[in-house]
Amino acid sequence: MRAAIRVAGFISLILSSGQSLAEYQLDMRPGVTSFSQGAYEIHTLVMWISVVIAIVVFGAMTYAIINHRKSKGHKPASFDDNLKLEILWTIVPFIILGFMAVPATKVLLDMEDVSNSDMSIKVTAYQWKWHYDYLGEDISFFSNITTPDSLSVDTSCNVEMDENYLLDVDNRVVVPVNKKIRLLFTSNDVIHAWWIPAFGVKKDAIPGFINESWFKTDKPGVYRGQCAELCGTNHGFMPIVVEVKSEEDYAAWVGIQKAAAAEAAASAGKTWTMDELMAHGEKVYATNCAACHQTSGEGIPNVFPGLKGTPIVTGDIAKHIEIVVKGVPGTAMQAFGGQLNDADIAALVTYERNAWENNTGDIVQPSDIKAAR
Amino acid sequence: MSAVIEEHHDDHHDHKPTGIGRWLFSTNHKDIGTMYLWFSFTMLFIGGALALVIRAELFQPGLQFVEPEFFNQMTTLHGLIMVFGVIMPAFVGLANWMVPMMIGAPDMALPRMNHWSFWLLPGAFGLLIESLIMSMMGMGSAPNFGWTFYAPLSTTYGPDSTDFFIFSVHMMGISSIMGAINIIATIMNMRAPGMTYMKMPIFVWTWFITAYLLIAVMPVLATAVTMMLTDRNFGTSFFDAAGGGDPVLFQHVFWFFGHPEVYIMILPAFGIISQVVPTFARKKIFGYSSMVYATSSIAFLSFIVWAHHMFTTGMPVATELFFMYATMLIAVPTGVKVFNWVSTMWKGSMTFETPMLFAIGFIFMFSIGGFTGLMLSIVPADFQYHDTYFVVAHFHYVLVTGALYAIYSAVYFWLPKWTGNMYDEKLGKVHFWVSTISVNVLFFPMHFVGLAGMPRRIPDYNMQFAEFNQMATIGAFVFGFSQLILLWNVVKTIRGRSTVKATDQVWEGAEGLEWTIPSPAPFHSFTTPPTVK
Ligand SMILES: [Cu+2]
Repeated sequence: MRAAIRVAGFISLILSSGQSLAEYQLDMRPGVTSFSQGAYEIHTLVMWISVVIAIVVFGAMTYAIINHRKSKGHKPASFDDNLKLEILWTIVPFIILGFMAVPATKVLLDMEDVSNSDMSIKVTAYQWKWHYDYLGEDISFFSNITTPDSLSVDTSCNVEMDENYLLDVDNRVVVPVNKKIRLLFTSNDVIHAWWIPAFGVKKDAIPGFINESWFKTDKPGVYRGQCAELCGTNHGFMPIVVEVKSEEDYAAWVGIQKAAAAEAAASAGKTWTMDELMAHGEKVYATNCAACHQTSGEGIPNVFPGLKGTPIVTGDIAKHIEIVVKGVPGTAMQAFGGQLNDADIAALVTYERNAWENNTGDIVQPSDIKAAR
Repeated sequence: MSAVIEEHHDDHHDHKPTGIGRWLFSTNHKDIGTMYLWFSFTMLFIGGALALVIRAELFQPGLQFVEPEFFNQMTTLHGLIMVFGVIMPAFVGLANWMVPMMIGAPDMALPRMNHWSFWLLPGAFGLLIESLIMSMMGMGSAPNFGWTFYAPLSTTYGPDSTDFFIFSVHMMGISSIMGAINIIATIMNMRAPGMTYMKMPIFVWTWFITAYLLIAVMPVLATAVTMMLTDRNFGTSFFDAAGGGDPVLFQHVFWFFGHPEVYIMILPAFGIISQVVPTFARKKIFGYSSMVYATSSIAFLSFIVWAHHMFTTGMPVATELFFMYATMLIAVPTGVKVFNWVSTMWKGSMTFETPMLFAIGFIFMFSIGGFTGLMLSIVPADFQYHDTYFVVAHFHYVLVTGALYAIYSAVYFWLPKWTGNMYDEKLGKVHFWVSTISVNVLFFPMHFVGLAGMPRRIPDYNMQFAEFNQMATIGAFVFGFSQLILLWNVVKTIRGRSTVKATDQVWEGAEGLEWTIPSPAPFHSFTTPPTVK
């Protein structure tokens, strides 16, 4: 029957598409953790039970449709109930449901047991990116989508797409293999959901609440997923990438993270040149601001304001910094003070004041931001 | 003046006002039923057009036609229009037409309320569609938070038009509640002598139970939107964690309405299938009383399964287990219904006119939606299905090839009684076959992309989902445009120039009071009550 489904799928594919056939998937993938395995097995079990019941019921119906028709001169019978039969088809389904409920309960109890974890990562969702905080490790970072220009409509269909189109991020979550990783989920704004199909983990990140889940896998590799709960305009553009590494590689990664953090702290004190600020500011803008205000700085009319030539970024510098640091309550404009360091904000403000022909010539230094906080 | 009124009073057999006034001021159950059905049909094309925008954007990866922001408005309004503007009004329209005729009454019990409950709808949807038109003209954004409007996306982060939306939902709710009260009052008080409850046609039974569901849950929906209203405008924090509120509370309130709502949209469909199948099998419905009990148990269970929409919100294990087991139980009474329909066909003398084709299509494809529903109830597997295209496939099998197919079946079944003319059978069959093939090309591949990991409500996707999305879009356009065949057939039947006149009984195997009165049915169905043995 599975073969039949695949054949049917394949035929319909050929019929529907003359283009090259990329790799496609008909069924759930088995996964790399105990409960993505468990979910896959219970999914397969329930699906095949359903297929068997469908064959029996649809078979009987098809038999009747073919044979018990007026055009073949079939005369209607007069029965309109049968107590024994009715009791039977009420009780048998109960028994079948029992066969599904037992393994489902087992897998679920395993999933919900977050005790004895080896390490914990706090995952905070933002519109529209993820923040990861390695508890007790002093490592934390944002993870943004990297697919270029994924948010502008392009009727020419010429967007470059590799196999990880929309599924790539700038900073991956890196974890060691064979360790029970506990995840704590919360959100900074609306409800999001963190989902990696290969782990079988899908949990809502809810503002004001903390949800828990965990995973443990013995297969190093890169695992990808997406936000699974509608969270606003760019819901489709907040992927998740987890890289599972060997113990040694993980330790090396931790070392690099700590060195980078030290370097960033050192650079915060120095005085930057205009070119340095513009170059860094463009990067900060691209990952944090372009999703709403657009790369062109023109925004989306009536949804997100433009920054090109508006008094918000060409007027008072202090006001501009305040909006970036504290956000605008009641709107999608977040408070970036907690998300970006002084150098990032200084570069960003400088960039916004000089990009897109704004050309105010203003330079903002990290020390200005420190003073303004 | 009084002389005129008396004259009207005496002349109540088939007199009706003419012109536009007949429709604007009508309190007649048939005219109101007709208006409900046309309203629903109009909304079907509007909601369908929005769906085609969605499918066009998803035809291939990349953004080709609409911005993500507008895409979200499309999914939101498509859902709201189809649920509240198409399926529910169509069933109310059918109830208006058929319940009085099936129980031997002259009209609905509360005709003025009937008038009001219909006329609230154009206002409600006018408001909703106006926000979309304003969005297209560049003035603000239409509701963009999905038809489930989860807080805080719809409260703190909702666009200005959310307040329009709230008012619109309030009007829909009032309309539904009044419609439901009217149906209950009619069924309780106006049955012909001898028609005991256990002699009522199944369609009447299913609507009777549905009406109770409506009265129970529409106020809950009103509560949810009122809490949103005060959160947005009057400084409360029901759903705002920053003020001590709980965003998950919104989901509990919403789904306490939302799950029974699912059955509000399918129980009348069960009723229709239970009228159509026996007629064309020329055999009595199998297991009448078990049908009634199964419908009642489904209605009862629908109140204790709401949290199965919320397994990923992080509930205690015991709660998850309770809602999983309760949800699985629904398979039992639903199975009983399907077995009963198959047994009704068994050893019948079947013919396959269009209503029967749609009914058989319903049984096949609704069952597919039922099986995926069972799969979704299993919590560990649900973590993988939740908020993916697998769910989208599931509820479209239930609502399109389920509820909508039942409505089509009903329209073809009763259209000759309503108009006095037979519809074009050949055109009806073409409509059925084109729809059935295209609807499966549309929705079946969604199972595959869902299982492969494509989230729902996204305007763009990875290459691995491309082929099946392309297929679905082709199916969508064929299915969408093939509904014009129905429109053409209905118009042709109403005009009646090239059609055969319908007999009173219409169908050879038809039984029931509605088939004892002339076709087209007189303005007041039964002026003297018939007696049921
Ligand atoms: Cu999100």
